[in-house]
Amino acid sequence: MNTPQSAYCPGTQSEKAGKSTACQGCPNQTLCASGATKAPDPAIAEIGVKLSTVKHKILVLSGKGGVGKSTFSAHLAHALASDINKEVAVLDIDICGPSIPRIMGLEGEQVHQSGSGWSPVYVEDNLAVMSIGFLLSSPDDAVIWRGPKKNGMIKQFLRDVDWGQLDYLIVDTPPGTSDEHLSIVQYLSATHIDGAVIITTPQEVSLQDVRKEIRFCQKVKLPIIGVVENMSGFVCPKCKNTSQIFPATSGGAERMCSDLNLPLLGKIPLDPRIGRSCDEGRSFFNEVPDSPATKAYHSIVQSEYKYKNPYGTYQGCEFSNS
Amino acid sequence: LAATVGILDIDLCGPSIPRMLSVGRPDVHQCDLGWVPVYTDAEKSLALMSIGFLLDDPDDAVVWRGPKKTALIGQFVSDVAWGELDVLLVDTPPGTSDEHLAVLENLKKHKVDGAILVTTPQAVSTGDVRREITFCKKTGLRILGIVENMSGFACPHCSECTNIFSKGGGEDLAKLTGSVFLGSVPLDPLLSASIEEGKDFIQSFPHSPTFSAITSISHTLLNSLQAA
Repeated sequence: MNTPQSAYCPGTQSEKAGKSTACQGCPNQTLCASGATKAPDPAIAEIGVKLSTVKHKILVLSGKGGVGKSTFSAHLAHALASDINKEVAVLDIDICGPSIPRIMGLEGEQVHQSGSGWSPVYVEDNLAVMSIGFLLSSPDDAVIWRGPKKNGMIKQFLRDVDWGQLDYLIVDTPPGTSDEHLSIVQYLSATHIDGAVIITTPQEVSLQDVRKEIRFCQKVKLPIIGVVENMSGFVCPKCKNTSQIFPATSGGAERMCSDLNLPLLGKIPLDPRIGRSCDEGRSFFNEVPDSPATKAYHSIVQSEYKYKNPYGTYQGCEFSNS
Repeated sequence: LAATVGILDIDLCGPSIPRMLSVGRPDVHQCDLGWVPVYTDAEKSLALMSIGFLLDDPDDAVVWRGPKKTALIGQFVSDVAWGELDVLLVDTPPGTSDEHLAVLENLKKHKVDGAILVTTPQAVSTGDVRREITFCKKTGLRILGIVENMSGFACPHCSECTNIFSKGGGEDLAKLTGSVFLGSVPLDPLLSASIEEGKDFIQSFPHSPTFSAITSISHTLLNSLQAA
């Protein structure tokens, strides 16, 4: 980048922390220069221990907003939890725009504390959720927090929630490559993350941001399980013709995955019933088991399962009947 | 109305403005008054600034925490030689965090007319926009109105309208929060395709209902700005 290097905070973790010309006059200059800010956070080890009972951790990412990350996270969780022998949880780290409670039918629920920490909120016996949404008393409450406070919340979610024994922890993220993303990777660094599923829509305007997200994953050495192309075509319920509402002018996720040698896990078509299900907090698979979108999800979950269990057979889930 | 307009893109992680306005990958130069914005044409009627212009590789991720984002946004406001503008539009990322606080703090000494809030019709979207409305109220930012985007899709084959992302949420939100409802913009593959290629949709499809919707919203806004 050709911005003047001296103009801005290098970041507390940077080698230049406290030593850059931009640091002069900053109240934290001495602290940063002493190296204290670069010392590993003890919470990382604590989280490593706490989450040792979680077998698989999947981050759902996108560079772009509004592509369907939360919808996907919620429905991936429903699909995995349709096997009643599996324990599944969703952690919503979109601090400013927590959608998971609504999408999973948990609006208005509150979090309870016990001796072993915060209890997540249960959708089913084997499906738990944690979100800042449960800590807000009104749907109008805004979380107007800068990075450090958001990071602190994420740390608490990982360290202080009584997750218990989990087969899958799915982490839903806000769009971008910033505090939340760095923090989740950092705080999970003493544990094993299976990888990231990246959501995009077909247009270049979305892919452009998604390529950045892919670079982020590469930078922080986060494996990429694969890419999902959402909102991929719309079949008119009346005349049954297909329209590409979000046209894949540069070849869509397919071309991008081919260029970057990444698996395309699947394409999910637009279906107005998906949005309706999400608004009503119901699993789309239960509402519309025959939709092409349901079939697409099923296929994606199978691909993901194969990624984690190359020698196993997918045991779930005719999840339309759960 | 031939206004001179600036667009300041403060979505540092996902800067979409350069592509949408088809300005390619120009260099940003300095002059005595600061950084020179990128103009979309020789008439200089539309000036842009985005981190997209500052990246050597467009696929490079900007992996910055809050303080770094705040500092660059400060520079974008104070150190860009915008010149005489009728309107400066600030495009923001989703959320109520560093970028939003940074741009408001830096614009404090200038007059901020207000904010336009964009939602899609579904409750999952309006649910977040309610919080954005609270952000505006808490920071003293006047809400110029709410726009409902992706509001229905008319099938180009049979004209059947499907409410893919539900219906009416924008208007309901405006009523609920006492805000002005500026209007709805339909889902339009021609608009999506135009934006992809950085074409001027208004020039390419002047007879489109989408064009009328956007024009109507702009007129309402301009009237509101002039009346204030």
